Amino acid sequence: MNEQEKMRTRAKELHAAGIIKQVLAWEAGAFPSYPAPAFFTKPNAFEKIVYNEFCTANLSKYVINITEKTLIFLRPCDAHSFAQLVKENQVKRENTYVIAVGCEGCVQVDEGEARDLLESCRTCTKTDYPLFDEEINTQNNPRESTNKAARFAEVTRLDSEENTARYAFWQAHFSQCIRCNACRNICPTCHCKECVMDSDHPLDGQFYHAIRALHQDGRCTDCGQCSRVCPRGIPVHLLNRKLIYTSNK
Amino acid sequence: MQSPVYTCSLDNVTQLINRIAEKMPVYGDFGSSKTTLSPKGFFLPALEKLYETAKINDSYKITPAPPENAPFVLLGIRACDAAAIEILDGVYLNDPIDPQYKARRHASYIVTFACETMGANCFCQSVNINPAAPKGDVKAWVKNGTFFWLAQSEKGERLTELLLDLLERTIPAGNDLLPVEPPDSAPALPLPADMLSAFNAPVWDNLHRACIACGTCTFLCPTCQCYDISSHECTENSEKTHCTRQWDACLYPGFTQMAHGNPRPSKKERFRQRFMHKLVYHMQKYGTSACVGCGRCVNKCPVNMNIVKVAHVLAQEEVNAYV
Repeated sequence: MNEQEKMRTRAKELHAAGIIKQVLAWEAGAFPSYPAPAFFTKPNAFEKIVYNEFCTANLSKYVINITEKTLIFLRPCDAHSFAQLVKENQVKRENTYVIAVGCEGCVQVDEGEARDLLESCRTCTKTDYPLFDEEINTQNNPRESTNKAARFAEVTRLDSEENTARYAFWQAHFSQCIRCNACRNICPTCHCKECVMDSDHPLDGQFYHAIRALHQDGRCTDCGQCSRVCPRGIPVHLLNRKLIYTSNK
Repeated sequence: MQSPVYTCSLDNVTQLINRIAEKMPVYGDFGSSKTTLSPKGFFLPALEKLYETAKINDSYKITPAPPENAPFVLLGIRACDAAAIEILDGVYLNDPIDPQYKARRHASYIVTFACETMGANCFCQSVNINPAAPKGDVKAWVKNGTFFWLAQSEKGERLTELLLDLLERTIPAGNDLLPVEPPDSAPALPLPADMLSAFNAPVWDNLHRACIACGTCTFLCPTCQCYDISSHECTENSEKTHCTRQWDACLYPGFTQMAHGNPRPSKKERFRQRFMHKLVYHMQKYGTSACVGCGRCVNKCPVNMNIVKVAHVLAQEEVNAYV
């Protein structure tokens, strides 16, 4: 049985047993490769749960403020984000039932075409789940040893550049920012009720990204969602990866 | 009178572009697909200064930003985006006319390019736009290795005049005017007959939950045109202040925030507003959908929560059936 079937089965069993009230998972989107996060409350809907390499959205943030016992499926990157939210008192652990699911990485879809693995998946080094209640196929997480080296390759490459070249690199990217706030709103650790960047400083991409990176420092779980969602292709995750790299040293 | 159709070989298209570029800035090209960002930023910049104030003795001098009326050319605009510019015109060139928009719009020459294929996320035909017959001052298309050029307005004729020695006048044979065979696989927008009643549909209760309330769909949308105005450096003793206008999104909590509170108190109302505006309110006021089916929001929504999905769910009450 593949993950998707097991997920549907466990959702039904846990719901029938009265352990959970609702399920947070992915459902098929408008097109086959576009699944969207969704809450399911009726058991006949659990057949609509999908799980495949196109389920790119991190589910962990959706459980902030939930009041009903919710079954949530977490991959290693999501599980680390989830654990961080529990640590920061944003999620009540007792309101959740976590099933850790195996992950072979997600695929970037652009103009309906499946591209490579996401950058965050190509450089993913997470195999563990900090918090979970049960697991499905978690032994299959393939993490090539090359991922470890690849993770900081771009950070060290930028580090080796002259200050002026590095500044030019970021200037070029930040000038593309349209302040859509996708990186902020998808980020599991960006959960302030009011954001300082909402009050003023319209369109100042450089200021915005610098503030955001520093605010995530020490809390960023390197899930890579910020770069995945950027409509302008800004490698937002590199800022926090640099901070992680420096802290690790 | 119908303007004549002109042609040139594909090898000479660069020459055409260079000729125009001698006269005025040219943006875009006859590339293989639509652009990531829509052309709306040429008329409604993401950020623009509206006016400055200066304190002189005890009075204030207000200086409006000078109108940007230097001519420029947008090249390769697709049918969806050309239709979107018409929609923006309806909003900004009707009373009250927006002077900044009007200046830029009047300074612009729109050269459109017929689509030969549909992108994976395109659904312009579902909103009654023919990708093969874009509007614009000039329409260009490629057929059988030949580049075609047809002025569709007085402005377009002026552009053509710059190029007469590079173009050859022709009488197009048969179906040369229809370069694209419209594919029949375009995803439809199956909207319910009475969209206004969809306002109270229970589906919104669940539908909005996946939305992360970012502004990606709004800012990439060629017809989303709402803005915010802010004043800067307005301290008590400011000698100089300035006022800017920038893109805003109805999905942001600050949008419609007023002194008394917010008439759209939660993400559900804001999410609903975006789709009701596109599909219902604009239709009521202007007679066309404000969605041109370009598919940018479909392609870039971080959580795949897009107008096609919303339309499907509204039509079928699908979410309601199983939530």
